Amino acid sequence: MRDPLSTTIKGIKPSGIRKFFDIASEMKDVISLGVGEPDFDTPWHIRDEGIYSLERGRTFYTSNTGLKELRQEITAYLKRRIGVDYDPDNEVMVTVGGSEGIDIAMRAMLDPGDEVLIPQPSYVSYEPCCVLAGGKPVIIPLKAENDFRLTAAELEAAVTEKTKLLVLPFPNNPTGAILEKSDLEALAKVIEKHDLYVLSDEIYSELSYKGDHVSITQFPGMRERTVLINGFSKAYAMTGWRLGYACAPELILKQMLKIHQFAIMCAPTTSQYAAIEALRHGDKDVAEMRDAYDQRRRFLMDAFRKMGLSCFEPYGAFYVFPCISEFGLSSEEFAMRFVKEEHVAVVPGTAFGDSGEGFLRISYAYSIDNLRVAIGRLEKFINRLRNEKR
Amino acid sequence: MLREEILKNIEKDSRVELAELAVRLGVSEEEVAGQMKQMEEEGIICGYHTMIDWEKTEMESVTALIEVRCTLQRGQGFDRIAERIYMYPEVKSVYLISGGYDLLVTLEGKSLKEVSSFVSDKLSTLDSVLSTATHFILKKYKDHGTIMAKKSEDERQVISP
Repeated sequence: MRDPLSTTIKGIKPSGIRKFFDIASEMKDVISLGVGEPDFDTPWHIRDEGIYSLERGRTFYTSNTGLKELRQEITAYLKRRIGVDYDPDNEVMVTVGGSEGIDIAMRAMLDPGDEVLIPQPSYVSYEPCCVLAGGKPVIIPLKAENDFRLTAAELEAAVTEKTKLLVLPFPNNPTGAILEKSDLEALAKVIEKHDLYVLSDEIYSELSYKGDHVSITQFPGMRERTVLINGFSKAYAMTGWRLGYACAPELILKQMLKIHQFAIMCAPTTSQYAAIEALRHGDKDVAEMRDAYDQRRRFLMDAFRKMGLSCFEPYGAFYVFPCISEFGLSSEEFAMRFVKEEHVAVVPGTAFGDSGEGFLRISYAYSIDNLRVAIGRLEKFINRLRNEKR
Repeated sequence: MLREEILKNIEKDSRVELAELAVRLGVSEEEVAGQMKQMEEEGIICGYHTMIDWEKTEMESVTALIEVRCTLQRGQGFDRIAERIYMYPEVKSVYLISGGYDLLVTLEGKSLKEVSSFVSDKLSTLDSVLSTATHFILKKYKDHGTIMAKKSEDERQVISP
């Protein structure tokens, strides 16, 4: 028989998270700090709106771009939160999670050989999506000494004649790093200078703990060259609803919509009705969850300080990214021993790119009580490692 | 703002250690302690109670909600009547209510008989009490923001990107 598979897909590595998942999910009494989704349930009034839409029999397709009412709420939200105007009729589309937006944006924008700058450590899907779209991923390794921010110098150094697109994944999964106004201002100059486009994945925008989130689209000339990705999963604890959105200039969005139309048809209708409610009446829930995450973040940072584990202070998402290189183990070895010996699952930094070597992603989408137990085990574990080294 | 944050936290967990609360809120321990002491003095913090599901214990107890309609006497407002009622230790709470009746009284007793004799002997015999309606609580689903049912397990996948 002939090989049924494409060379491209065979060249793509499966997600590095899989191995840990298999080990951790077979163990009993394992405490996980490994999830990438909120521990909160979707606020009840939002769920209720979803249920109500089902009761009313709203079980049909929506338009390809998504319900008009939802698109209007999305643009009103963006105006309110980042002060940027989008046209709900031509510049917004509702997607199946932020992930679909990433995929179709790359497919709509890339020609074979186009280079895409991907800062790492970052979310696992940018690189494979780029490859599947025929682009050439060029990794920018972010550095701990810059608090894992992308600097203008790093960007400048990575640009070539073929560079077309820059992925801007902040607030960042897995590091928790954010970009502030001055960082983005400097980046905008380089972007403009080299005529780059930007894929700004702002899915964690509501989870910023140092003032309000700043978006690249707020800077002069940037909105015109940016595809903005956001969604409901993280801010409203709606991961399972699979709902996100993309905003872009009409020229780009129209082409993205073609792919969406043929591949997906439309985002889930029930989720769209629930999302309208989320945007209309969910600000208070978001603020409450953000406060809770922020308290856990401070709790973890304090615990790391006390046990002498070095970690830069992250101001976004719900991850901390401590450095474990002092123990002489690779991230994967550390994580593997930690889960086997102490039954706590964390994700090695290398799952998010080679530059994550020496680091761990620890999620604080867990209750403080849960974190307290896990941190106790971490302390025990690193004390043992320190003794072994002696 | 800080006061509000402290209150929201201790309302959920009054046993949280001061040091940890300070870390969570990003302020010094002294500041938290000082604010709490002040709020105690100002009567904002009125006590530190424990939520108990008495149904799960050996102790027999019944709770009743009693609607009380009152007649007001010259020189005596609701405050005076409420005081007559809340001074009884078996009375857990007294609220002045808008609508069809005046006071809502929660009462805890060992048995139905104990509660009903309180109503007939003490409450109804007060001059200002016109009538009462007693509702016995059969089951508590949620109290003080706490859902009494067993919490569901974390159903998320242990590791996700």
